[in-house]
Amino acid sequence: MLRKLVAVSAALLIGLSGCGGGGDEETSEGPVKLRFLSLAWQKESLAANRELVDKWNAEHPDIQVEYVQGDWNSVHDQLLTSFEGGDAPDVFQYESASIGEFAEQGYLADLSGLLSDDFKSEISQGIWDTVTVDGKVAGAPFLLESQVVIANKKLLDAAGVTVPAAGQAWTWDEFQANAQKLTKGGTYGVAWALKSPTNRVMNLSLNFDGKFFYTEGGKTEVKVGDAEKEIPRRIHDMIYVSKTASPDAVGMGGTDPLPGFFAGKYAMLPGGVFLRQQMVEQAPAGFEWVTLPPVKGTTANQAANPQTLSISEDSAGKKQAAQFVEYFLNPANQARLAQGDWLVPTGRKAGEELVKATGGKQGWDVAVASAADLTIAPFQTVSGYPEWKTKYATPALQQYFANKITLDQLGTQLVDGGKQVLR
Amino acid sequence: MKARRTTKALQYVALLGYMVFLGFPLVWMLSTSFKPPREMVEIHPTLVPHNPTFDNYVEAFTEQELGRAALNSLQVSLATAVLTVLVALPAAYALARFKTRLGTVALGWVLLSQLFPFVLLVIPLFLILRQVDLVNTHAGLVLVYVVWALPFALWMLQGFVRNIPRELEEAAAVDGATRLQTLRRVVAPLLAPGVVATSLFAFISAWNEFFFALVLLKSPDLATLPVTLARFVGVEGIARLGPLAAGSLLATVPSLLFFAFLQRRLTSGSLAGAVKG
Repeated sequence: MLRKLVAVSAALLIGLSGCGGGGDEETSEGPVKLRFLSLAWQKESLAANRELVDKWNAEHPDIQVEYVQGDWNSVHDQLLTSFEGGDAPDVFQYESASIGEFAEQGYLADLSGLLSDDFKSEISQGIWDTVTVDGKVAGAPFLLESQVVIANKKLLDAAGVTVPAAGQAWTWDEFQANAQKLTKGGTYGVAWALKSPTNRVMNLSLNFDGKFFYTEGGKTEVKVGDAEKEIPRRIHDMIYVSKTASPDAVGMGGTDPLPGFFAGKYAMLPGGVFLRQQMVEQAPAGFEWVTLPPVKGTTANQAANPQTLSISEDSAGKKQAAQFVEYFLNPANQARLAQGDWLVPTGRKAGEELVKATGGKQGWDVAVASAADLTIAPFQTVSGYPEWKTKYATPALQQYFANKITLDQLGTQLVDGGKQVLR
Repeated sequence: MKARRTTKALQYVALLGYMVFLGFPLVWMLSTSFKPPREMVEIHPTLVPHNPTFDNYVEAFTEQELGRAALNSLQVSLATAVLTVLVALPAAYALARFKTRLGTVALGWVLLSQLFPFVLLVIPLFLILRQVDLVNTHAGLVLVYVVWALPFALWMLQGFVRNIPRELEEAAAVDGATRLQTLRRVVAPLLAPGVVATSLFAFISAWNEFFFALVLLKSPDLATLPVTLARFVGVEGIARLGPLAAGSLLATVPSLLFFAFLQRRLTSGSLAGAVKG
């Protein structure tokens, strides 16, 4: 038995020794080799990513890009380990809210001098601000998600509610009044999926200039005034006062209300623009849906957390990597990537191309128009935000939306949490 | 008599309930893997798909190289299982049979080593493996898995060794067997269930492991199944359920087969009466 084990293990080791990756040794001759870590996961987006890399490699024999597939759930640990170990990918996809800490630690190249002015002028300053850390540009922003409202067209028609055109958003008062009209006979006007409520509240609070984080003299603190209370109060009132929003949906995640929405239990579903994909793929035959523009308060502003492409500071081919990023995100390619992920491109021309290519159908007109109101929010620049969100804000908001604490108690908990985290 | 029958019936009901509890996720995964997207969001989901489809399997295999990933996982897991047993076996025998102070210290250290979270170890491990050119190789990953599985494997095996009556070895010695013959002809057959259980443990822990494989393997060609399957999960935990279920189901098959192949040997060797006068 032992002899057999020895023989088998020897064979396995010999076999495995031939299964190495061959190392990543750079040679002074031959093409520059770059590793690109992509987080594409949707079918169309995967195909677009791979095709664009293949096309680049065919057109640029002197700069060859290796496509490496990553995933959103583990990318943070993967990047952290590879930065610490000195083996980071040359170019990688991530999001503005998460690259700040890597930039602060000096792991990311400053793209401000690497990207051309033409490329930079395509994207609004508000979006560039979300990827700027200590004056350095940590990533090229390319895909955005805005909060829109998906609605059941037949229920809207039956209640006599007119669908607003792109750029002509309902105010919150109108939205609440229409939710009231749609609430009847076992159907709720709205399903607010609030399992993870913090980001949504932070994003939508910009509608009423609710900042939550205030910095003065280098010190940041959480304040909850009337502006900050506006969105939580309105959502809470819809659930428990006017009863136009379903209390069942409160504990649900982003796509959990879909079965109820398709079954006509809810008439409107506020959520990210990516929800349109679920409509196309999963809505039952004959189900008519429309995308309503983001609801507006005193402004239609929402927080932008764009997906980004960053370049590692340790990359031996930063210039070539920047060339690849510009190619990968040119207007036509960016439009294709956005379409594949059902998100909004940051580039103006890319947005125009996308609306042209799709004829504005499936809510693309509304989605692209919503990009104009996306900008940086105070919470995005606070380094203690993730901890505040997990430890204090999410539990407090969950309790408030479950009607277990009052609005004032919510405010106190958020402020006290801020004191703990932002000391 | 009647009471005994009722007890037995209740035992069977409990057993059936437990089997359903264990088997249901697998059955649901099977069902999901054959469902088209629309059936996954029905308000009243059914176990049997209305319009079964193979599309999820086709998608899973065409988009990600699941076949190659499965082969990679199989190689790595088999090597881990064999090497773990090979290293743990003599060590476990020594720990169980030779009473020294070092043995107690060694066992304590083995237990203590289980307390370190792997997130704490991954960066030093990465740096060490890079020094010896083992990053981005299956050999490096196997080395990590073996080291990771060894403490528990050692504990398991030394328990099995302890259960073998020492008198059997002494009897063999009295009959003129050398130590090596005793080990081969007396101890090894009785230890077989322990070896099987330990190798199963090492195999399954390597088969399911995600984080080390993610961090240590860079080339797409070398990726293992858990890392490949994670690619069907997107932002905020939203997953492409169909291809994920199809891929996960296929990922379950090899470990089930491996278990089925070895489970007959898992039943403890019969020692009853072995040391009776």
